[in-house]
Amino acid sequence: MALLEVQNVRRAFGGVVAVDQVSFSVEAGQIKAIIGPNGAGKTSLFNLISGLLKPESGRVRFKGREIGGRKPYQIAQAGLARTFQNPSLFLQISVLENVMVGQHCRTRSEFAGCSLRTPGQRREERAMRDSALSRLDFVGLAGHAAAPAGALAFGQRRMVELARALATEPDLLLLDEPASGLNMRETDGLGQLIEKIRDTGITVLLVEHDMSLVMDISDEILVLDNGATIAEGSPQAIQNDPNVIAVYLGSDFKHASTSQES
Amino acid sequence: MAFWAGPRAKASGNFSVRLRTAIEIVALIVALVAAQLVLRALDKEYCLTQLTMAIYYAIVVIGLCFIMGYAGQVSLGHGAFFAIGGYTTAVLTTSDFSRFEAAAWGRLLKHLRVLVVRQDMYGADVLSAAPWAAFALAMAATLVIAALIGYPALRLKGHYLTMATLGFGLIVYKIILGSTITGTTDGIVGVPAWSFGNFVAISGKSAGRVHNYYIASSIALLVLVLLRNLVHSRVGRALRAIHDHETAANAMGINTARYKLKAFVASALLAALAGVLLTHYTGGVNPSEASAMKSVRYVALATAGGSTSLWGAAAVSIVLNFLSLRGWFGSYDNAVFGALLITIVSLAPEGPLKPLGQVLRRFRRRGGEDARSNDGAS
Repeated sequence: MALLEVQNVRRAFGGVVAVDQVSFSVEAGQIKAIIGPNGAGKTSLFNLISGLLKPESGRVRFKGREIGGRKPYQIAQAGLARTFQNPSLFLQISVLENVMVGQHCRTRSEFAGCSLRTPGQRREERAMRDSALSRLDFVGLAGHAAAPAGALAFGQRRMVELARALATEPDLLLLDEPASGLNMRETDGLGQLIEKIRDTGITVLLVEHDMSLVMDISDEILVLDNGATIAEGSPQAIQNDPNVIAVYLGSDFKHASTSQES
Repeated sequence: MAFWAGPRAKASGNFSVRLRTAIEIVALIVALVAAQLVLRALDKEYCLTQLTMAIYYAIVVIGLCFIMGYAGQVSLGHGAFFAIGGYTTAVLTTSDFSRFEAAAWGRLLKHLRVLVVRQDMYGADVLSAAPWAAFALAMAATLVIAALIGYPALRLKGHYLTMATLGFGLIVYKIILGSTITGTTDGIVGVPAWSFGNFVAISGKSAGRVHNYYIASSIALLVLVLLRNLVHSRVGRALRAIHDHETAANAMGINTARYKLKAFVASALLAALAGVLLTHYTGGVNPSEASAMKSVRYVALATAGGSTSLWGAAAVSIVLNFLSLRGWFGSYDNAVFGALLITIVSLAPEGPLKPLGQVLRRFRRRGGEDARSNDGAS
């Protein structure tokens, strides 16, 4: 059974069909990428999976359970975490606290325990702090733990967001254009980081425009155009798929690109 | 899993928060004791009455500050919650329930000391609810009402709670003005003292002025410390995350609607608690407590104190309400109040304690940078 199964999911905004009967699945342990031109419906598809949008029809199954139409926090609790295209850190709190917020759904202290600082709450708080710090260390930002999140550079914010998503202890991690706004060196580091994340047993599904990154790290690629799937397969197969080439370069360039590759 | 077996977190961040809290608590205790001693030295101890009242009002303001500054929700109904607390207590502890004494449940309640015999203002025996029972009922009523108002309003993003609580406050005000059971425009007087043992009682008797001042101070301090703990915890982080970026907070696994609701209910309960205590202290309650002006004043005070500074809100609220209760502003009360608040908000939008806090913060930041450069070196 696949970790994530998306079946015939559809969502329209007014007359525009953002996601049109898309089906695909993600196997546990994979790195899978979704690519496609701007407006192809990639982010909408992510929002449908992570619960920010409700599908009009179709099914989304995660670990064998239907999650289509569930609330985002329930989906996060189920083990599906995401990052956003524009880093959405909580800018008023520190970097460390941002990552600790990621642990919210794996911890349980409530109003009474927190206001009275019960021994259990203090133990949990220490554990959250330790584990958040080690995740910051994982993305290379442990030195910035005390800084306000608003003080970080763009690329660093992306990394903190990644650490925050990892702190939810996900089985599946959705990354929405993780390399956008990063320089080449940062993008290389990101690629290695994503592979490291996969190696710890977390499945990764990403939307990305940086083709060299996608081709480097993905096990499988799904190509969307105008809300519909036009191709799915290994990086090799996708690179040579005439439909994909037509979408990206226009059909006239079909021959030009194949001759370039040889 | 292997990859987050990184360095152990230093407890330093947590420690500095606790140290600062301790310093602030000590400073506040010193200020409160100093105020009492100065007033005694000046032979103006009667001022403690208004100071005590101002402290009870401050509990409403810090509760409001908690949801405004940390959860990003504004309530214009806190005057009404205060009044619900005050009126529940006043009605139950002054009504005569002797006619139920014959019934089995009436006898049971009397046996459980939920209903107690006391003497009214004219010396006649009446059977009324015990203060603790009235308090419990006031809290329960507030809990239910706040949950009913907050539940629909807080499932939505935006300022729906403000609108809902504004409407609610106006309705409560009208009901209180129009009901004979709440004494219409006169309100209720003759509320008994709330005694704890033989020596401690919340009442307005001039003999108990000093100890009532310390009772109020202790309760306010306790509320401050509890809220402060809450703010620097999993719950507080969740609320600030919701305030900052609700969508992201939800996607990170926080049940945003539930947390906003719980924070709102907690805040409403604090307002009701203040209402109960002040009603016992002054021996009565009147409809102006439920007016929209009162609710607006609480919001203004929370804002002027710096809505993310519980201590600032407490300090500003105590000082301004004290001066107002002493009648310093005369018939210009609301105008002077408004002008002062506008001045504070425009000159120091994060509250008057900000300049003071900045010195501390600069000090702390220097410490933080040292720690960071150490990290880099290791």
